[in-house]
Amino acid sequence: MEALSRDLWVFIETAEDGSARNVGLELLHPGRRLADAQKGALCAVVVGYQTENAVKEAAAYGADKIIVVDGPEYQHYTTDAYADALYALVSKYGPTTMMIGATNVGRDVGPRLSCRLKTGLTADCTAVDYDEETGNIAWTRPTFGGNLLATIMCPEHRPQIGTVRPGVFKKGEKNEANQPEIINEDIHITAERIRTRLVEVIRELDAENVNLESAEVIVAGGRGVGGPEGFAPLKELADLLGGVVGASRAAVDSDWIGHVHQVGQTGKTVGPKLYIACGISGAIQHVAGMSGSDTIVAINKDPDAPIFNLADYAVVGDLKLVIPALIREIKESRK
Amino acid sequence: MNILVCVKQVPDTTEIKIDPVTNTLIRAGVPSIVNPFDAYALEIAARIKDKTPETTITVLSMGPPQAVAALKECLAVGADKAYLVSDRAFGGADTLATSYTLTCAIDKLEAEHAPFDLIFCGKQAIDGDTAQVGPEIAEHRDCPQITYAIEAAVENDEILVKRETGEGYEILAAKMPCVITVTKPNFNPRFPTIKSKMAANRAVITTLTVNDISVDDTKIGLKGSPTKVKKSFTPPPKQGGIRIIEETAEDTAKKLFDVLSAANLL
Repeated sequence: MEALSRDLWVFIETAEDGSARNVGLELLHPGRRLADAQKGALCAVVVGYQTENAVKEAAAYGADKIIVVDGPEYQHYTTDAYADALYALVSKYGPTTMMIGATNVGRDVGPRLSCRLKTGLTADCTAVDYDEETGNIAWTRPTFGGNLLATIMCPEHRPQIGTVRPGVFKKGEKNEANQPEIINEDIHITAERIRTRLVEVIRELDAENVNLESAEVIVAGGRGVGGPEGFAPLKELADLLGGVVGASRAAVDSDWIGHVHQVGQTGKTVGPKLYIACGISGAIQHVAGMSGSDTIVAINKDPDAPIFNLADYAVVGDLKLVIPALIREIKESRK
Repeated sequence: MNILVCVKQVPDTTEIKIDPVTNTLIRAGVPSIVNPFDAYALEIAARIKDKTPETTITVLSMGPPQAVAALKECLAVGADKAYLVSDRAFGGADTLATSYTLTCAIDKLEAEHAPFDLIFCGKQAIDGDTAQVGPEIAEHRDCPQITYAIEAAVENDEILVKRETGEGYEILAAKMPCVITVTKPNFNPRFPTIKSKMAANRAVITTLTVNDISVDDTKIGLKGSPTKVKKSFTPPPKQGGIRIIEETAEDTAKKLFDVLSAANLL
């Protein structure tokens, strides 16, 4: 379709309580820069149920406009309700660009939407820029398990859409005084149209604590941890730092810890401020999931472990001694 | 039950190394494998067949002629029939053009045989990592989709799927036909037997070219692809990591504490 405006949209994913998930708020930050570059408004698109808080947050993080679709059918995410609502909005307003967080939700609805619009979608981007020469967005994303980066454009179709990895961008400055235009769109999806039925929600016992994708600190363990009990000090360190515990495939495959903790190609892709890799050798399939971390600390007995090539701080030592000692140092400093 | 599993032959990305001098990918000698998530998808389909023996599992791939090898691997571990969509005209396709082409091939198979009740895909291929072709096939066919599945079972006239969410798991039910994309389950794909391997090697795999399936030429290959790759490059290696190695673990921990504190990371 033709763009009807130069606006840039950021999809604000909401939780069941109507609050905004972090990734949407993060994307408003680069969204500001890109909207200005393409000379359009920055528009937040909030879909959910009882979304007052999400709307407030989107306003405080700098949206010029907020389009709100609110209804009980959006409380628990379904592909059909969200794809229909977003398709209706895009068809009506015709934005030039749309950014969606690359969460399980974003990567479920994104291709459904782009395919219905017959436009291009670039998945799981880690950098987003405006290309002055062509006026397109340049979407950069890792492929081949993070071994290669590709920059992709969508020159002849609008809107150009990308899903962007959570944690790559930090939220901007909060401004409670910002008063965007609020547009309420009364879009409702019939029950018959929603073709999946929710049977059961299984919240992992500690799932809230292992939301790896939005964690700012991750303490991850690999084969070098030695066994299930070896994760206890890692958990203590993670708790001290307000973080969560991650794991390599080797540790998960040995049943030392659940798959929800797994970081890497067959696990989660993460981008925390601090990633502490303990007893992890650094296989490419693990690195693919964590190389986007801001600061990487690796603790390993083997001075030649490949993980050290990636580490900002390469700690050669026995993690069973170093971690408890580090915990003592941190506790001491906080007295 | 009539089940389709879409598979892709991919380079084993865990075997890819970076040339330390040129900082480029070394692709030579990297083995080709069935995309692991597609192998999981096939295993979930095979488990449905274990319970409902009158099930037929067809595998479909799009790729160069050598992708026949991947399809033969699938025939050895549960698939009954295999088709390869292969033509230079399909080259350079992005996910939209690929999903369109596969959808046209699926239409052709359905017209010749029977409609598919379930279409399984891996959640993503480990070379492209887009996770888009599965949902796009569902959209082209206007049928429900369930992504990030780790288990699936047929109950009455519905498919019940356990899937990963940001907070844990949920179980969804959907009427068939339905498209399901699969992430890593809590089990591994079955191994082939010598007998199943030999049978798979003898199997004849039909190749579908652009002349065999009914496609709109403007929607396939490079020209049917809205996204264009402008450049690709290897990420610059991280420079200047600091090595911390002291006499005792206590001293090492102390130094680590000091540098992390100084960097405001604690």
